[in-house]
Amino acid sequence: MSSHIVLEQPGVKPEEAGEKATRRAFLIAGTAAGLAYTAAMAYPIYRYLASPEEMASGASAVKEVSLKDAQKLPKGSVLMFKFGTSPAMLIHHADGTWASLSAVCTHLGCTVQYEPQMDRIHCACHGGVYNPYTGANVSGPPAKPLKKFNVAVGENSVEVSRV
Amino acid sequence: MITRSSSFYDWAYDWVDERLGISDLAAFARKKTVPVHAQSFWYYWGGISLFLFIVQCFTGVLLLVYYRPGAESFESVRQITYVMHFGWLIRSAHSWSANLMMFSILVHMFSVYFMKAYRKPRELGWLSGMGLLGIASVFGFSGYLLPMDELSYFATKVGLEIPAAIPFVGPAIANILRGGPDVTEFTVQRFFALHVVVLPALFLPLLGFHLWLVQKHGNAMPPSEEAKAASERKTMPFMPNFLRKDIAMWLISLNILALLASVFPWQLGKQYDSLAPAPLGIHPEWYFMSPFQILKMLGTVLPGAAGEIAGILLFTVGIALWVMIPFYDSKHEAGKRARNAHYFGLVAVILLLATTAIGYWTIR
Repeated sequence: MSSHIVLEQPGVKPEEAGEKATRRAFLIAGTAAGLAYTAAMAYPIYRYLASPEEMASGASAVKEVSLKDAQKLPKGSVLMFKFGTSPAMLIHHADGTWASLSAVCTHLGCTVQYEPQMDRIHCACHGGVYNPYTGANVSGPPAKPLKKFNVAVGENSVEVSRV
Repeated sequence: MITRSSSFYDWAYDWVDERLGISDLAAFARKKTVPVHAQSFWYYWGGISLFLFIVQCFTGVLLLVYYRPGAESFESVRQITYVMHFGWLIRSAHSWSANLMMFSILVHMFSVYFMKAYRKPRELGWLSGMGLLGIASVFGFSGYLLPMDELSYFATKVGLEIPAAIPFVGPAIANILRGGPDVTEFTVQRFFALHVVVLPALFLPLLGFHLWLVQKHGNAMPPSEEAKAASERKTMPFMPNFLRKDIAMWLISLNILALLASVFPWQLGKQYDSLAPAPLGIHPEWYFMSPFQILKMLGTVLPGAAGEIAGILLFTVGIALWVMIPFYDSKHEAGKRARNAHYFGLVAVILLLATTAIGYWTIR
């Protein structure tokens, strides 16, 4: 066993330290550039994929819908129509009154159904029941009433508008 | 065994390495070198082609979100180009990248040819590359029809006359490709199936094989480098030197593509009309211009069926010779075969460039 024991410096050799510094700089610069390019490409791609949604929100800004000849709707029947992009219903009750409600169930979004013989609005998906005059949630899972619209019955049409 | 006192990075690296063995890959990458010489610039063009193909996959999937093949092809492309937000940019990028990719593939192929990188052990690289070139051409031809505007319709109609001219089986082949005697909705739907499913399924494994071969054999040296003594040859490490330059070339390609796509956006012509006459100045895309012009020239010298058959023969023989070059110029030595192959390559390039240029000059 020799008495000349040369101890190596523990840790990183000088050349490696220089390499690590430039490698680190490259990785940081590369990540920054990568993020910048990704963001620059992500914006148009997002807008492109969101086009139908953005076009629809223009359509859903509708405030009023005119239903031609709907004044002829017989008593005890319903007319389904689109208010903007969502389904809605116009009901001419047996007692002669009119009501217009959103047809989107407040539970999980299924389209509800007017049942004149039972004088109620029913959702087939999970059995929710609504009042067909006020839209109030009567029984079943729905926690909120159906949205109400204003109805104006005219000579040649029925105007349905947001409250 | 990595303890908590080591960095998180070391722990994460070890976790992946124990399960996937990536340190073998890293060791290979660290040992890999790339020859440095006057021709080294040409080594980037395969990678640039690959990058542009990746761009095609991305932009292609985005176009797939709104494109409708069949009766509504033109309308869906009209909506993409003029209605959807940035649809014009995505379509423009896809069309430009298709053209840049064809250009890049041709540069890559010719640089491989003149560097004689088809010689042993790289013959399969050459053959798989020719297969990829063929599939890429069909990608271009099938994709071109998808908008169903006037240019698409007539380019496809004329293009399908080439297989139709094959003796005996030609018309049957053309009918199967067209989905009938004319270019119709059926044609665009089967071209769509080709372009989006069949061709990618063929291209991707072949591309994987091609890339694996490049890793296995490394970059070829041109004959001038091979002639030098081993001690006189210069190399650079793949990691990080060549990789950095490679990534830089990809970035430059991306920037050029972005510039071209946004400053020269692709337009849409009129919807195709099967009763309308071919518009004046009708011509195929530049990468098909050469065979188009050669057929035109042969048609004036040898009218009728003779001209068509002469054209088909010329293309078939020419392509066969080109594909089989590794088996003709097979030895790593200068000599008659090496020189003949070189001249054949020069003739091919000059013919391609000249007929393409003439094709454009003679457009009425």
